[in-house]
This record gives sequence, structure tokens and C-alpha cells, in this order.
Amino acid sequence: MLRYVLRRLGQIVITLFVFLTLVYFLLEAQPGDYAQTFLSNPKLTKEQREALKAQFGLDRPLWERYLRYMGSLLKGNLGISFEHYPRSVVSVIAERAPRTILLFLTAQILSFLLGFSAGKVLAWRRGQAFEYVLTIGGVTLYTVFTPWFGLMMIWIFAYILHLFPVGKFVTPTLWRGAPVDANYVFIRILLSAFVASLALFLVLLATRRLNLALRRGLRGAGVLIILAGLLAYWLPSGITRYALDILYHLILPVMTLTLINFAGMMLLTRNSMLETMREDFVMAARAKGLPEGVIRDKHVARNAMLPVITSFIFSIAFVLDGGVITETVFSWPGMGLTLLEAAVAQDIPMVMGGLVFTGTLALLGHLVADITYAYLDPRIRYT
Amino acid sequence: MEEKTKVITKPKVEVILEEEERKRLKEMPLWRVRLYLTWREIRNNWRLFSENKIGLVGLGIIIFYAIMAIAHPILMKWVWDPNIYDPIVGYSYDEVLQPAPPSFRHLLGTDPLGRDVLSQLMYSTRSEFALGILAAIITVTIGTTVGAVAAYFGGIIDTLLMRLADLIIMLPFVTILIVLSALFKMNLIILAIVIGILSGFGGTGIVIKSQALTIKVRAYIEAAKVSGGSNWHIIFRHIIPNLMPLSFLYMMFSVTSAIFSEAVLSFFGLLNIRMSWGLMIHTAQTAGYLLNPKTWWLIVPAGLSITLLCSAFYLVGRALDEIVNPRLRKR
Repeated sequence: MLRYVLRRLGQIVITLFVFLTLVYFLLEAQPGDYAQTFLSNPKLTKEQREALKAQFGLDRPLWERYLRYMGSLLKGNLGISFEHYPRSVVSVIAERAPRTILLFLTAQILSFLLGFSAGKVLAWRRGQAFEYVLTIGGVTLYTVFTPWFGLMMIWIFAYILHLFPVGKFVTPTLWRGAPVDANYVFIRILLSAFVASLALFLVLLATRRLNLALRRGLRGAGVLIILAGLLAYWLPSGITRYALDILYHLILPVMTLTLINFAGMMLLTRNSMLETMREDFVMAARAKGLPEGVIRDKHVARNAMLPVITSFIFSIAFVLDGGVITETVFSWPGMGLTLLEAAVAQDIPMVMGGLVFTGTLALLGHLVADITYAYLDPRIRYT
Repeated sequence: MEEKTKVITKPKVEVILEEEERKRLKEMPLWRVRLYLTWREIRNNWRLFSENKIGLVGLGIIIFYAIMAIAHPILMKWVWDPNIYDPIVGYSYDEVLQPAPPSFRHLLGTDPLGRDVLSQLMYSTRSEFALGILAAIITVTIGTTVGAVAAYFGGIIDTLLMRLADLIIMLPFVTILIVLSALFKMNLIILAIVIGILSGFGGTGIVIKSQALTIKVRAYIEAAKVSGGSNWHIIFRHIIPNLMPLSFLYMMFSVTSAIFSEAVLSFFGLLNIRMSWGLMIHTAQTAGYLLNPKTWWLIVPAGLSITLLCSAFYLVGRALDEIVNPRLRKR
């Protein structure tokens, strides 16, 4: 197992290197000289222009710039953004990434839960009108033109019903006298969500082998303790209302993303369930006279879960991909919106930084998905 | 009772038909035999397909839009005055205020520049179809060739092609397209080629390769090898024809992704095209009508069309999946 992970890590480093080289030369090959666009600002004096050129290394030949870029990348330096000058690309990413991760992780987890339970029912009711309605509805939502659907949600929930804010991620008037900046709160929300889910996972794992009554009691108590811990952390901290403001802005985009994404999980679960239902152990369970609900949830769904979980982990890696569209529609200032703005403004270091971030995330997701699969399915063992 | 007799007599009838069929086929020239067999296969597959109501819904939507695409040039030639109804340079003089709400003259109203929305919608349908089908053909041509070659030769060729595929499926697809179209000038044909290359060498190639691996070990491939068929002969005459059903299925999914990508890119105003559904929403956005429910006809018809056509191709693809993929069959 360890050898497999190490070999995959080596492969990933090579793939990442090829990917970065490809992206670098692709961006260099674009027509027009982005350096000239940036430097032709008439307010700059000649000396300033030369100084900037030397600072960005724009007067060097291409291969030297490439080597220098790769060298500084290894040190964790992605250069300086043109558009956000003089901020470095890394600091812009560090500011925007938590927003994207919070939004999409919430939406992905919700759509996984919704899609998995809908898919179970769908496979069990094959050929009924219910299946047709849910499949057509789900596929329509899955292939819906995302910007249009986002706008429809804003129309309905923000303009007509006045339930949620129109866009952005904070209410400016509330934050005027805030003691901390938004990112401080963001990171704390993310951390507490992470700690809480880790604790929940540990509780579930620890109580796995106990008998039913004891298990239920302990699990209930565990959930209560986690909730109490969260309240004990947030209530005295004084930033709770700011966190609630962020969560309030989060609801509409999360709802939209969940509705769009759940059908993918649903259809995958359905197909996987249909394949598992043909196995012999399902017939054995039927012959034992177990109720249909138990066969569905405990025998078929558990075994059909593997490809769904892998696909779920894999899809987390692609948060940024759909992010560009959703973040633009909801004016959510995360990585996707930053990348789009940078691409339109020809802010090449920022574009490059965004792609490095996405590529690394996607590769790591790939690795985690492989390892989880091997862990969950005892039939697969990597040597 | 009647039900029972039917079941019993049915195989007999089929056997008799097949004998007659064989006699008839022997007298025909070879090309007619091939045509006949293809026709029979299409008929059989259609029977399987039409059992699936979900696929029929998708097919219905596709036919509806195809009729719209064909009707537009006819309407422009004989019914609609080009000065008023032209989707790009027309101007509706009869309306005082633009955008005008739907009326008898303009069934879906006019856009902020005084152009007829229905005419734009129908005109764009043609280019959406062209883009989708072109991208799908490129995807499937590359994907099938890559899959067949990688599976047949194996070794270093397989490793190289599959590592390339791994690299491509790792790329965030929409983001790459957005970056490319922001930095380079892209029109529909270049977009179709880029989408085709990305998904042909990427995901589609991997799926088709795994299918090609199961075909490679069949007995008839051995037979072809023994009788002295060259590698390329075996790939193009024996492996690829057997991959066709799967390739056709993946064509449907690539049409969906091509139409969706085009719509997103023109919504952001990054594509160099004259008119499309995404561009219609972009026009409404730049004119400031995006979040105004009163001017719904600027956004709803175009957005709904993109959604419907994308999901139609996806539904047809899923229905085909149940035919091609034996593990999902009902029986």
C-alpha cells in the first residue's frame, strides 16, 4: 500500500510538471505581448517602466523566464499579480481559496447525500412513472445552463420572495465596524466544520461494533457533545453574527449548486445499484425473507456505494471548474471569479497561479480517490 | 390463451423468415446485403430504444429544434422581411420602445437592439447543431482511434496515450476553455476542434480503450491475424466497427458538453461569433436587463433552449447506454 502511494506520488509530480510546462508555453504563445499591454500605461515614466520590466523579468528570453518561473514555483513563489499589483499571486490565492472551498464543499456534500438517497429509490422503482419524472427532472437540472439557472434562482428567491441577498458574500453595512476581516471568519468556519466532521467520523467509527441500543445512545450523545463544543467556541468569540452573515449569503448559491449537481450522483447510484442487484447475495437476502427496505439500504446500497464515493471525492477536486460560472453569477469573490477576471485582463501570473492551484488540487483528489477505493473495496489491493 | 399461442408460434415464423431471407440475400450483390443487414440492425436497435420512454422524450426535443433550424431560412426567404427580422442587423421599426414585449408580430418580443428574439433563437439553433455535431465527430474519431490503437498495440504506445489522457482529464475543462478563449480569438470551428481534441484524447479515449481491450481478445481477431491481416487492417476493419455503438453513445454526451461550453463562453462574451443562445443572454446582460423579471423574454427562451437541447442529447445518450451496456439491460 505504502509503495503504491509513493509510486503514485512520483507519477503525480511528473504529471504536474508536464501540466505546468504545457500551461506556461500555452500562455506564452497567446497573440500580442501582455507585457506591452501592461507596461504601456502612459502614467509610467521610462525609468519606472524599465524597473518594472526587470522586476518581472520580461526583458529575458523565454527559456530563461521559464526556468526562473519553475525555480520560484518550487520555493512557493508564484510571482506578482499585474491586476492586484503589488500583491503576490500566493497572497491573492490564500485570500480567495477559503471562500471557494467553503461554498463548494458544502454544496458537494449536500448533493452527495441528496443524490445517493434519490438514486437508491430510483433503482428500486425501475420502470415506474416516478422514475421517469425524477430522471428527466434530474437530467434537466444536471445539464441546465448554469448561469441562467442561477439567475432564475436569484429572481425567485431574492427579487420576488426577498428571502436571500442578491449576491456577494457579506453585507457591507454590517461589516463596517467589524473587529476582524472576512477571511479570519471564513477560516474559522472552515476549521470548525472540519473538526466537527472529523469528530463525528470518529464517533461513528468507535461505536461501529456495539449493539443497537448502546450504539444509538452513544452516537446521540456524541452529536450533542460536538454541537455543544461548537457553541462553546462560537458564542463567546464575538464574531458569531459575522459568521451567520456569511452563512446567510451562502444559502442561495449552495442551494443552486446542490440542485445542479445532485442528479449526477443520483444517476451514478442508480446504475451502480442496478448492477449490484443482480448479484447472488441479494437473492440470498430475499430468500431469507428480509424486508425490501433492509435489502435496499443494507445489502445493495452499501455495495453500490463504492463508485459513487470515488466519484464524489474526484468531483471535489474539480470545485474550481464549475466555480467560474457560479461565482460569476452570484458575484462570489472566490478563485473562479478571480481566474475569469485575470484571464480577461490578461493578468498572466494570476491565471498561471489559478491553474497551478486547480491542477494540484485535481491531482491530489485523484490520488485520494484511488486510495479510498482500495481501502473501501477489499477485492482491490494495490501492491 | 391467445397470448400463449403467440409465444409458441413466434420462433417458428422467425426461422422460416430467416431461411427465406438467406435465400434472398444470396442472390443480392454484396453492397445490398450489407445495406440490408445494417437496416435490419437499425430496426432492431430502434425497437430496443423505443421501449425507453426517457430516450423518446429526448429524441422529440431534438427533432423539435431540428425543425426550428430548418424552418428559419424558409421563413426568412418567404415570410419574414429581412430588414425587420434579420437576427443580426434587423430592426423592428413598428415598435416604439425596445425591447418590446411579445406581440403578434414578434412572438417572443424584441431585444434591446430592436431585433426579433424568435428569429435569433431559430437562427442560432443551426449553429448549435453544427457545433455540437462537429465537436462530437472530432471527439469520437480521435477517441475511437486512440482507444483502438492503445488497446491493440499495448506497450509503450498504450502508456504514452493513457498518460496523456490522464493529463487531460485532470485539466479543469471549462476553466481551460475560458482561459483559451479569453487569450486567443476563437470562433465556432476552432472551439469545436479544441473540445474534440480535449475530450477525444481524454475521457472518451479511456472509456473506448477499455471496450477495445475486450474486443482484442475475441476469436475473430485471432482468425484475422492468422489469415495474414495487417495490424491496420485489423484495427480499421475488425476492431473499430465493433466499437461503433459505444462511440455513437459518446457522441451524444460530447454534443451536450460542446453546446454547454459554447453557451458559457458566449455568455461571458469571449467568443468571436455572430449570434448564439449564450450571446443573446450576454446582450441582455450588457444592456442591463439581466435581473429584471419584467423583460423575461430576453433571457428565458435562450436559457431554456440551451437547457432543453443539452438535456435532450444527454437523455438520448443514457437511453443508448441501456442498449449498449449489457449490465444495465432489463433482461
